[in-house]
Amino acid sequence: MPAERDELRDLYQEVILDHNRHPRNFRALPGANRAAVGHNPLCGDRVQVFLQVADDRIQGISFEGSGCAISTASASLMTEALKGKTVAEANELFAGFHELVTKGPSSTGEAGDAVPLGKLAVLAGVREFPIRVKCATLAWHTLAAALEQKDHPVSTE
Amino acid sequence: MSTASAVIAEPVKAEKTAPDYDLARVRADFPILSREVNGHPLVYLDNAASTQKPRAVLDAIASCYNESYANVERGVHTLSQRATELREEARETVRRFLNAPSAQEIVFVRGTTEAINLVAASWGRKNVGPGDEILITGLEHHSNIVPWQMLCEATGAVLRAAPLDDRGEIILEELERLLSPRTRLVAVAHVSNSLGTVCPVHEITRLAHAHGALVLIDGAQGVPHCTVDVQAIGCDFYAFSGHKVYGPSGIGALWGRAELLAAMPPWQGGGGMVGVVTLEKTTYAEPPHRFEAGTPFIEGAMGLAAALDYITALGLPAIAAWEQTLLASATERLAEVPGLRFVGTAPHKAAVLSFVLDRIHPHDVGTILDRRGIAVRAGHHCAQPVMQRFGVPATTRASFGLYNQLAEVDALVDGLLYVREIFG
Repeated sequence: MPAERDELRDLYQEVILDHNRHPRNFRALPGANRAAVGHNPLCGDRVQVFLQVADDRIQGISFEGSGCAISTASASLMTEALKGKTVAEANELFAGFHELVTKGPSSTGEAGDAVPLGKLAVLAGVREFPIRVKCATLAWHTLAAALEQKDHPVSTE
Repeated sequence: MSTASAVIAEPVKAEKTAPDYDLARVRADFPILSREVNGHPLVYLDNAASTQKPRAVLDAIASCYNESYANVERGVHTLSQRATELREEARETVRRFLNAPSAQEIVFVRGTTEAINLVAASWGRKNVGPGDEILITGLEHHSNIVPWQMLCEATGAVLRAAPLDDRGEIILEELERLLSPRTRLVAVAHVSNSLGTVCPVHEITRLAHAHGALVLIDGAQGVPHCTVDVQAIGCDFYAFSGHKVYGPSGIGALWGRAELLAAMPPWQGGGGMVGVVTLEKTTYAEPPHRFEAGTPFIEGAMGLAAALDYITALGLPAIAAWEQTLLASATERLAEVPGLRFVGTAPHKAAVLSFVLDRIHPHDVGTILDRRGIAVRAGHHCAQPVMQRFGVPATTRASFGLYNQLAEVDALVDGLLYVREIFG
C-alpha cells in the first residue's frame, strides 16, 4: 500500500519523530511570568506552556507534559519558532499554523508569504488525519491562553 | 475468587483454531465485517467500545418499522397493541438472558450509564444520607464513578474505592476492610473495560451483604463475555448496554430486585410512568413502567432481543471459549512485539488487551493501525483512575468479539511491528 505509507510518512516525518524523541525546551522555565495548562479531554493529553514575556516580546518559552508524537513535536517546534517573537507575531504564526493543519498548504501557498511558517510546515500532513488536528494545535491553544493570562486550564474541546 | 471462574470459560490452549460455531457463517451474518477500511479488510478490534450488529438485529429493527410500529402502552388499535406486545416479549427475553426472577424487574434504559444514574438518583436519593458510604473499586468506568460522586455531593455521603493490585485485580481484603456499617451500596464492574479483569462478583456480593450493603453490578463488559445469572450472583442491581452485546446503541436494561424497585421513587416524570394524574397530584405506575417515562426506544428493545437471541443460539459458553482462544493467542503473539507492556494481567480476563509500547503514544499507534484497517481504541477508555493507578496517560486496547479470527491477531501484530518500523 504505497498510499498508506506515503500518508503516514507525511504525518510522521523525520523532523517530527526527532522532536518527539528529543523535545526542545522541554522543562519548566525559571523566571516565567505567564503559564497555562492545556488538556485534551478526549485522550488525556496534557501540556503546560511557560512564557517569559517582556516588552511585548517572548523572551523565553518552554513546555512540559505528556502526549502523542504529534502533540509533543508540535509543542517542541512551537517553542523553537516563537523564541524572540513579538506577541503579535506569535498570534500571526498561530493563525498561519492553524490554517496549515486544517486546510493544508494549498491554502497557505499565498498566505505562506505573509506568514512564513518555516519548520512548522512539517506538520502539514496532519490535515489528512482530521482527528489528530487537536493534537497538533493543543500547545498553540495553550500558548494563546498563556498570552491572554487566563487563570484556568484551557481545553481543546 | 474461584467463583468468578464459574461464569467464564477457563483459559484454553491456543492450539484451538476454530470456535464451536461456524465462524465464516457467523462473520457473514455481520454485513459491516465485509467492508474495507482505508483499502484493507476491516479488522475490528474495538468490541469493548461497541460491537457490530448481525443481520438478525437489523432485520428486527426494520421489521418493527415495516410491520409493527406504533406507540406502545397507549393505544387500543392493533399496531399499538402489537408493538407493546413485542416490547414486552423483549423484556421477557432480557429476563431470561439474566435469569432474573421476573420480567417486571427489567427496566429498559438507554444503556448502562443511564441504569446506574437511575439507581443513584432514585434509590440513592431516598436511601443514602450524610455520613453514609458508597463503595466502588479502582477499575470502574467513569459511568460507575461519576453518578456516585454526584450522589455523594448531593447527600453528604462518602465515596470510597477498593484498590487494585499490580495485575489489575481488586484487592478483596482491602475491599472487605472498606466495608463498614455505613456502607449502603457496593458498585462494581463485572468485567473491567480497560484491563479485562473478570471481577469476583459472587464473592464481592457475599462480602457486601454480610455487611448489610446492597450490590450493583455494571455488566456492560460482562454480558458479552460471560453467562450472567443474577440469582446465582445474588446481587441487587445489574446493568448492561445493548450495543456492547451486538444489539442497538441507545437501549439497555437495568435489573433490580422487585422489592427494591417497588420502594423506589420515579426519577423522571412524564407519560407512561403514571397511574392517575390530576393537576394537584399524580400516582405512579408500578415497576418497571414507573422508571420508563416518555415514549421509549421501541424498535431498540426489539433489536436488543434479537441480539440476545442471536448470541444465546450461538451459545455463550462457545463464545467465551473462542474469545479465550483469541485472548491466549493475542497475549502470546503481542509479547513478541519489542517494547510492548501489558496493562492488566489478571489470571481471569475477558478478551480485552490493554498495552503500551515503549516511547510510542497510543494515539500514534491507533492512527497507524487505522491506515491498515485495524480498529483499536487508544486513550484512557473512560477509566482515568485506572490509568493513574498504572502510571500511564493512556493505553492501546484491542478487544475481541465472537466474530474475530486468529488471522486478525496476526494483522494486529504485523501492524504493531509496522508502528515500530515507522518510529524507528
